[in-house]
Amino acid sequence: MSLLSYLINGISLGSVYAIIALGYTMVYGIAKMLNFAHGDVIMVGGYVVFVLVSGMGLPPLLAVIVSMVVCTVLGMVIERVAYKPLRMAASPLAVLITAIGVSYLLQNVALLLFGANTKSFTSVVTIPAISLAEGQLMISGETIVTIAACMIIMVTLTLFIKKTKAGQAMLAVSEDKGAAQLMGINVNATIALTFAIGSALAAVAGVLLCSTYPSLTPYTGAMPGIKAFVAAVFGGIGSIPGAMIGGILLGIIEILGKAYISSQMADAIVFAVLIVVLLVKPTGILGREIQEKV
Amino acid sequence: MFMKKINKTTRYNMITYAIVVIAYAIVMLLGAAGHISSLMEGLLVPLCIYVILAVSLNLVVGILGELSLGHAGFMCVGAFAGSFFSMCTKEAVPGGLRFLLALIIGAAAAALFGILIGIPVLRLKGDYLAIVTLAFGEIIKNLMNVLYIGRDEAGFHFSMKDTLALGLSPEGKAIINGPQGITGTPHDSNFTIGVLLILLTLFIILNLIHSRDGRAIMAIRDNRIAAESIGINVTTYKLMAFTLSASIAGIAGVLYAHNLSTLTALPKNFGYNMSIMILVFVVLGGIGNIRGSVISAVVLTLLPELLRGLSDYRMLIYAVVLIVMMLFNWSPKAVELRERYSLKRLFHLTTKE
Repeated sequence: MSLLSYLINGISLGSVYAIIALGYTMVYGIAKMLNFAHGDVIMVGGYVVFVLVSGMGLPPLLAVIVSMVVCTVLGMVIERVAYKPLRMAASPLAVLITAIGVSYLLQNVALLLFGANTKSFTSVVTIPAISLAEGQLMISGETIVTIAACMIIMVTLTLFIKKTKAGQAMLAVSEDKGAAQLMGINVNATIALTFAIGSALAAVAGVLLCSTYPSLTPYTGAMPGIKAFVAAVFGGIGSIPGAMIGGILLGIIEILGKAYISSQMADAIVFAVLIVVLLVKPTGILGREIQEKV
Repeated sequence: MFMKKINKTTRYNMITYAIVVIAYAIVMLLGAAGHISSLMEGLLVPLCIYVILAVSLNLVVGILGELSLGHAGFMCVGAFAGSFFSMCTKEAVPGGLRFLLALIIGAAAAALFGILIGIPVLRLKGDYLAIVTLAFGEIIKNLMNVLYIGRDEAGFHFSMKDTLALGLSPEGKAIINGPQGITGTPHDSNFTIGVLLILLTLFIILNLIHSRDGRAIMAIRDNRIAAESIGINVTTYKLMAFTLSASIAGIAGVLYAHNLSTLTALPKNFGYNMSIMILVFVVLGGIGNIRGSVISAVVLTLLPELLRGLSDYRMLIYAVVLIVMMLFNWSPKAVELRERYSLKRLFHLTTKE
């Protein structure tokens, strides 16, 4: 029974990673950049909900929606101000460092506004826990909502990309920016849209993460951000189902590692598995092999 | 006039060394005159450490052209290996010699890890390589937090659980204490040693860059397939640059360990944040520009301290400065603008007329 409950916890944590990883992977696919500030957008999403619910007493659902809007705008502003001017830069490292700068900026703004002390986050989930197998297996409301949210996001996003014009445009831009532009696709708008979607997802992930692990600091987003990035690479960066698989596997490995091997070594185990996967399949589980042309 | 006779590369290198020596002399003079606050004095050795780290990372990022996010991991290995050695030989070997040996051991240990990690990692490319180096850095930091080594009459004892599991005799002493790390490393490093190590690092790397091997490494960076086709052994040279960079990071680690009384592997000092900070030095100083790394490491380490008067806002300003500098340095529009109004061009135009 304990294995089963660990597995469920793992899937729940993994779902959060998957939602964050979706943001990473979409941005990487389209802008070919590692958005190091993505983890900190999660933190911003968490703080917005914290202020609205604990501070102003707004209903949680409304707070989540406001938080998504705030993060969407934030993501688009970051893209416009910090990343867009560097899109044609000579070195791809330039935009990476700028992203790190944005990450420091968000952390320090949060530090100034809210202070360094940990805020205890009230869960936005009101669904009661389910007890199965005569109380031996408890599934918390947060777990159910997290997993459901991940499923819904996954399906909606896949449909969006497959069925809508904007989604197809995103695929085209990630395939070949120049050719997409020749086909009349507005590349800048498409990239902005990608950042908007990624950041809205980050807000959702932030709320879910803080509901399950109710402590909020300016650095809350950093480690989940890195882990989700690992998950995105794990599944094959640029691939949406890959992010999902990578995220959930990572969550399960982390929880099982914590439970059965060593809680201090859990992070090391996660990273070790990543290394093994990449050595066997250098582009991740669902990544495509890119042939190098001479 | 005699400057003309020396070739351009040598002159460039000489100027780089001269900058370091002059900076050292100025600091020493200011120190003698009592113009350096104790805060700044405490910053001098870390400054040397960051310069060494930035220069060594530039070898991988700038010269080899691979993004490594695990540099702090090698520093961690060097720090623990060197510190462990110093703790073991605290009574047996006199200070100067002990530190020299510790440096060699730290560098060797980091180089060993460089090879071990480099062989699998260098098969990967681009961002995949970056994430795996990040992963290795985190694993090293994590392992150091669960590592326990103690010593008694019977020899060394090793455990990954806790101090009790070492099974030491009453006279035995735990040297590496898991999360508590190593306590009581002799304070062997000082600013002069740090500067000497900077000069040594610069000497090694600048000479490597301008040697046959260095040109081979740069050829791989510019076009791997072309380099391979003219008979350059890509794996060997990649591994060479990576390992050398790792071992120099190990030296920085030893310097770090001997500057503090307690050595612990925290996310702050050996985590990915540290690796990223070093990368920021490298990129802001100019990728592949060794002198730039030295300058940017110094400026960016001093900047938060100089902004200390602004207390809470200093890291905020640091972040903004970082973003603005990157935009100004790299955005194609800014580059164009700079070229149009550059001093060189304005000067050139006036001399022509």
